Amino acid sequence: MSILLWLVTILPFLGALLLALLSGTLPKKAAGALGCASVGASWVLAMVVAGSFLQHGPSGVLNTTLYPWMNVGGLRVTMGLHLDALSVVMMVVISFVAFLIHLYASQSMYDEDDYNRFFCYMNLFVGSMLTLVLADNLLLLYLGWEGVGLCSYLLIGFWYRDRKNGCAAQKAFIVTRIGDAAMAVGLFLIFTQLGTLDIQSVLAAAPKVWPVAGAAVTTVALLLLGGAIGKSAQVPLQTWLPDAMAGPTPVSALIHAATMVTAGVYLIARMHVIFTMAPAAQLVVAIIGAVTLFYSGFSALVQRDIKRVLAYSTISQIGYMFLALGVGAWSGAIFHFMTHAFFKALLFLSAGVVIDALHREHDLFKMGGLRRRLPVAFWTFLVGAASLSALPLVTAGFYSKDAILWASWSSRLGGGWFWLVGTLGALLTAAYSFRALFLAFCGTQKTEIAKLAGGLMNLALVVLAFFSVVAGFVGMPEVLGRFDPFGHFMSSVFPRVPLAADRSSQGAEGKLLLISAVLSLLGIYLAYLYFKERRWSEAVAQSAPGRAVHRFFFAGWGFDQLYDWLFVRPFKAVAFGNRSDFIDKFFAGLGEAARYANIGLSATQTGRLRNYAAGIVLGAIVVGAIALLR
Amino acid sequence: MSSVPTNHALILAAALFVLGALGVMTRRNLVFVLMSVEIMLNAAAVAFVAAAAKWRQPDGQVIVIFILVVAAAEVAVGLSLLLRIYHNWKSVDVDEVSLMRG
Repeated sequence: MSILLWLVTILPFLGALLLALLSGTLPKKAAGALGCASVGASWVLAMVVAGSFLQHGPSGVLNTTLYPWMNVGGLRVTMGLHLDALSVVMMVVISFVAFLIHLYASQSMYDEDDYNRFFCYMNLFVGSMLTLVLADNLLLLYLGWEGVGLCSYLLIGFWYRDRKNGCAAQKAFIVTRIGDAAMAVGLFLIFTQLGTLDIQSVLAAAPKVWPVAGAAVTTVALLLLGGAIGKSAQVPLQTWLPDAMAGPTPVSALIHAATMVTAGVYLIARMHVIFTMAPAAQLVVAIIGAVTLFYSGFSALVQRDIKRVLAYSTISQIGYMFLALGVGAWSGAIFHFMTHAFFKALLFLSAGVVIDALHREHDLFKMGGLRRRLPVAFWTFLVGAASLSALPLVTAGFYSKDAILWASWSSRLGGGWFWLVGTLGALLTAAYSFRALFLAFCGTQKTEIAKLAGGLMNLALVVLAFFSVVAGFVGMPEVLGRFDPFGHFMSSVFPRVPLAADRSSQGAEGKLLLISAVLSLLGIYLAYLYFKERRWSEAVAQSAPGRAVHRFFFAGWGFDQLYDWLFVRPFKAVAFGNRSDFIDKFFAGLGEAARYANIGLSATQTGRLRNYAAGIVLGAIVVGAIALLR
Repeated sequence: MSSVPTNHALILAAALFVLGALGVMTRRNLVFVLMSVEIMLNAAAVAFVAAAAKWRQPDGQVIVIFILVVAAAEVAVGLSLLLRIYHNWKSVDVDEVSLMRG
C-alpha cells in the first residue's frame, strides 16, 4: 500500500519530467494524453489507497519512509509520507479535481503554441501539491509549498509575451514570498525548540514543551499563520490573487481556486494542536477570516471581469475556511474546502467556456444572452453559482457553509459577531454570484460566439456539477438528521468543536439555518432586481456617492494603492538613491587598482635589449651586495 | 719565474668585465654588443686562469677551454641573429628591435 501511496505523488512528477524532456519531439495529442494520464493514474491510485484506508478505519493511518533525506547534526529529515483522514480527503479531492481540469485543459488549450509546456507545469504542480498534503514532516511540506508557488508563478505568466502577465506572476510570487519567509522562521523556531520537524512528533511534543497560551507557542502559531495568509490570499496579503487571473482559465480553476490557495487552510488544520494551544493566534485566524470574507464579498460585487469576480469570491470562501479554523471547527473548514474545490473549479471552467466562446472576452458587460447558445456552460454555471450562494437544501455549498456559520455561533471561540459577518457574507456571496450569472447568460446577446466547448470540457463540467450538488450530503447539520459521515471520518484527526453551553441548543441551530437560507435567497433576489431594473441600478451606480463607492470596491478597497505608497515607492526611492551602489564601488575599486598596477608594470617592459641588460646587471649588483654585506 | 700576483689578475678581470657590461648597456650597434659580451666572457676566463694559477690546479684552465667553445657557439648564433635582424630592419640598431614592448 505504501508503494501505491508513493506512486500517487511520483506519477505527476514523472509526467512533468517526461513532458519536459520530450517537449520538442512529442506531438500535441500525445502530450495531452501523457499529461492527463499521469494525473489520472495518480487519482486512481489515490482512490485505491483511500479505499483501503476506509476499510481499516482509524487504524489505517499509514507512515511510510522512502529514504532518509538528510541527517545533519540533530536534524533528521526523511522523505516520508503520512496518511490519515485529513490527508486522504485532501489527496482524493486534489487528484480528482486536477484530473478533471487536465481533461478540460487538454481540449481548451489545444490551440496554444506551448501546449507541452503547459502540461509539464500542470503536472509539476499536481505532484508538488500532493507532496504538500501527504508530507510527514514540515520540511517536505515546505518543499511542496514552494513547489506549488513556483508552478503558480510559471502558470500565471504562461502567456509571457504580454508584459502585464509577467508582472502579475511576479506580484504573486513576491507577495506569497512574504508569507513564506514568516513560515520558514516558524519552522526554524519549531526545530530549535522541539528538536524535530516530523509533524506528528511536533504535535505530540508541543503540549509537553510549551505552556498553553505562552509566548513561544503564540509566536510559532502566528508565523505559521503568516505563511498561510500569503498562500491563501487572506487580508492583508490578498492583493496577488485577483491579478493572478492573468493565467489561463484551467490554471485559475486548479491553482487559484481549488487547490493551492487552500494550502494555508491545510497547514493550519494540520498544525491544529499548536493553534489550540495559542488562543490569541486562533482568534487572529478567525478575525482575519471574517474580515477577508467581508472585504472580498464587497469587492466581488462590483468587478467587471468575470474571472476577477470569481477570484474575489475565492478569497472570500477561503475567508470562511479561516473563520471555521479560528473558531475550532477544523473539520468544517476541510468540508468547505472540499465542496469549494468542486463548485469553484466548476465556476471557473464554465467561465472559461464563456471566455473562449467570446474571443477571450472577460468583461461581464460585453457578455449576455449566452443561455441558449452555451447551454451546458449555463446550466453548470447555474449549479456552481447556486452551490456558491448556498442555495438551501439542494447544494453542497449550503451544508458546508452552514456548518461553518453554526460553528461560528455555537463555538466557545466564536460568537455573535463572527456569525453576523459570516451571514452577511453569505448574502453578498449570493448577490455577486448571481449578478455574474445574470450578466453573462441572460438578457440580449452582445458578442458573436466564436468557439464551442468540446466533449471532454463538457464532461468535466457535468462531473463537477454533479459533485457540487452531492458532495454536501455527507455532512448534514444536526437538525436535518444526524447523518454526518464526514465529521465522523474527520474525528480521528480533529477534536470536536468546543461548544458554548448557552449558544448551542438545537432550536437555535434551526433558527440560524433558516436565517442563512432566507438571506441566500434574498441575495439571489437582489441580484435579480439589479439585473431586471438595470436603469435604476445604473442610476445608483452613476450618482456621485455610488461612483465613489464603486471605485473603492472595484479597486479592492485600495489595498494596491496603499501598498504602492507604503512599500513599492519607498523601495523604488531607496533603489534610485543607491543606483550607483556603494557596496559595488569597493569591488569596482579592487578592479581599478589591479588595472593601474598593470599599466605601471607593463611600462617596465620596454622591449629594449639594453634596458633588460641594465636590469640584469642591477639585479646582480644588488644580489652581490646582499651576499657580501650580510 | 716570477709570477703575476693573483690580485692583479683579478683586478684586470673585473675591469674587463665592467667594460664589457658597460658596452652591452650602452652600445646600440648589435655588432659591438656581441663584442662586449665576448669581452665579458674573456674577463671570466682571466679570472679562472688566475684562480688556477693560485691553487695550482688544472681545472681552471680546462674551464677556459670550455669558455672558448661557448664563446664560439655564442658568436655563431649571435651573428646569424644579427644577419636576420639586418635583413628585416635594414639596421643593426638594437633599440629599434623593440616589438616586445608591453
